[in-house]
Amino acid sequence: MTSAQLAAAVKKAVPGSVTAHEQGLDMPTLTVKPEKLVEVATHLRDAMGKNFLSAVSAVDHLGYGEDVAGYFGTERGRDMNATGSWGTPLTVAQPPKRFAVRYHLAHVGDGPTERVRIQVWLDDGQEVPSVVGVWPTADWHEREQYDLMGIHFAGHPNLRRLIMPTDWAGHPLRKDYPIGGEPVQFTDAV
Amino acid sequence: MSTIDERPPAPVLPLYEPAKIPPGAPSKVDPPAGADLITVNFGPNHPSTHGVLRLIVTLDGEVVVGLDADIGYVHTGFEKNFEQKTYWKGIPYSPRMDYVAFFANELAYVGAVERLIDIEVPPRAQWIRMLFAELTRIHSHLIYLCTSAVEMGALSVFFYCLRERDSVLDLFEMATGVRMHDRYPQFGGVAEDLPKGFYAECRRFLADMPKRIDEYLDLLAGNPVWKSRYQGIGTITGETAIAMGLSGPNLRASGVPYDIRRLEPYLAYDQVEFDVITRPGGDAYDRFMCRTLEMYESVKIVEQCLDSMPSGPVMANDRKYVLPPRHELHTSMESLIHHFKLVTEGFRVAPGQVYHTVESPRGEFGCYLVSDGGAKPWRAHFRAPSFVSLQSTAMMSVNRYVGDMIVVVGSLDGVMGEADR
Repeated sequence: MTSAQLAAAVKKAVPGSVTAHEQGLDMPTLTVKPEKLVEVATHLRDAMGKNFLSAVSAVDHLGYGEDVAGYFGTERGRDMNATGSWGTPLTVAQPPKRFAVRYHLAHVGDGPTERVRIQVWLDDGQEVPSVVGVWPTADWHEREQYDLMGIHFAGHPNLRRLIMPTDWAGHPLRKDYPIGGEPVQFTDAV
Repeated sequence: MSTIDERPPAPVLPLYEPAKIPPGAPSKVDPPAGADLITVNFGPNHPSTHGVLRLIVTLDGEVVVGLDADIGYVHTGFEKNFEQKTYWKGIPYSPRMDYVAFFANELAYVGAVERLIDIEVPPRAQWIRMLFAELTRIHSHLIYLCTSAVEMGALSVFFYCLRERDSVLDLFEMATGVRMHDRYPQFGGVAEDLPKGFYAECRRFLADMPKRIDEYLDLLAGNPVWKSRYQGIGTITGETAIAMGLSGPNLRASGVPYDIRRLEPYLAYDQVEFDVITRPGGDAYDRFMCRTLEMYESVKIVEQCLDSMPSGPVMANDRKYVLPPRHELHTSMESLIHHFKLVTEGFRVAPGQVYHTVESPRGEFGCYLVSDGGAKPWRAHFRAPSFVSLQSTAMMSVNRYVGDMIVVVGSLDGVMGEADR
């Protein structure tokens, strides 16, 4: 099923939910409005057989494509778009918002897996509804993304840190999280 | 203080009752209120928890009534580190996640990058990768078998399994130079062709291995002690298992024939014959049988690899991404510069995203990469099957004895390095 067919089918069932679609390198991708996410997820699971949630991947696009780090060794990386730079000029499509949360879905049972990706775009601090009610396996997936990326999943029954210590400050996978030079944690534990 | 006589009799546990998804958070079972309960901390350092899994267990006598699993004790920031490394430097880093099925991680990462840069891998390299992927499966299932047996007190199985594991690692050492974490698959192929004498050594192992698997089954499958500990423990139906995201042998033991090798053939899995092992029961015993029988299938695939592996190059001829051959470095300055540039600066990858899955011994191992056009991944995310399967520990363990909880954790075959990443 192409992304256009998929988008049409989802739009028909949940009006006003899909804002964009893309065929993608690996699987069709639908962009969904956050407030319609649970409805779309339920429809995909019940009517379109996407009963298996493979992964929830949140991506931080802070500074995405601004300063493509191709050169290893300088502080800011090498600007690939500058004149005389190594390689061809490159313009990267700018993301609409800072965070993308991407849900990788598949069909498990009889027949092909027919993977599909749905994504929502979020600003910093914006909430996205939890899909634990649709796919119970989302429990730890969402907790992990909350912990490491700081995405708030509204309605999650147990949204606590999972990987990092409970008193950890910050979300390490964010692009503005300091790499090196951060305060040493646990120093007061001795 | 009540005396022993006044205590209520030990509860009669319901047998063969499949696990249900608990209300509230699916990965946690809240203990009932008001009862005379005790909360015990199993782990993170406990010999029975397969690494550093922490189980916060609420007990009613010896029966588990509440459980909350906690992970993250070996979190080392793999995903963050991948963002700081050029694509090349991710290859030796990836096998360190699931250190028991190291080759499967490399395959997922390398496969994802290869899809992003759209490079054609020569057939011989595909077959060599498949050979080692199946050897890794044997290796991982042997580790599962020996550690879960040792948790049940079956010490001898441990030594038998490690003996065969050593043979697998010898084969790895022969071809890749190291026993684990080999950096053998590279973008566009594998590092070098198989060495002289590898075929003979591998065939010797393959002739031996089925007899060894027979031995494990003789030792365990019909063993009444093993059966009483394993049968009916941690039962999960196929439907619940899919909802909880189980994959690999954990899901196939519940009767769902989900195998990425068969459904989305990568490498050359569409050109070899093998059976997807499924079992109907969904309990710990079936998961054990599923893994053990899968070793026979892996032996079959490796045999077919040796028989029908095509000849030809093992590395793609695309110098934009592939290191120049070693011998050129001594004679060609351009090759030397090229080699240096590839290793230090890396290569640029067109902006895009890809989610690439492989069938790791533990299930669906996925690598999600986002590129912004630079030489380092913008975001790397790994779908670790252990991370997902350990969520089911709570629902599978409640209303059983503590000893059964150990069986459940063992039978899910989690590797904490992969779960925590």
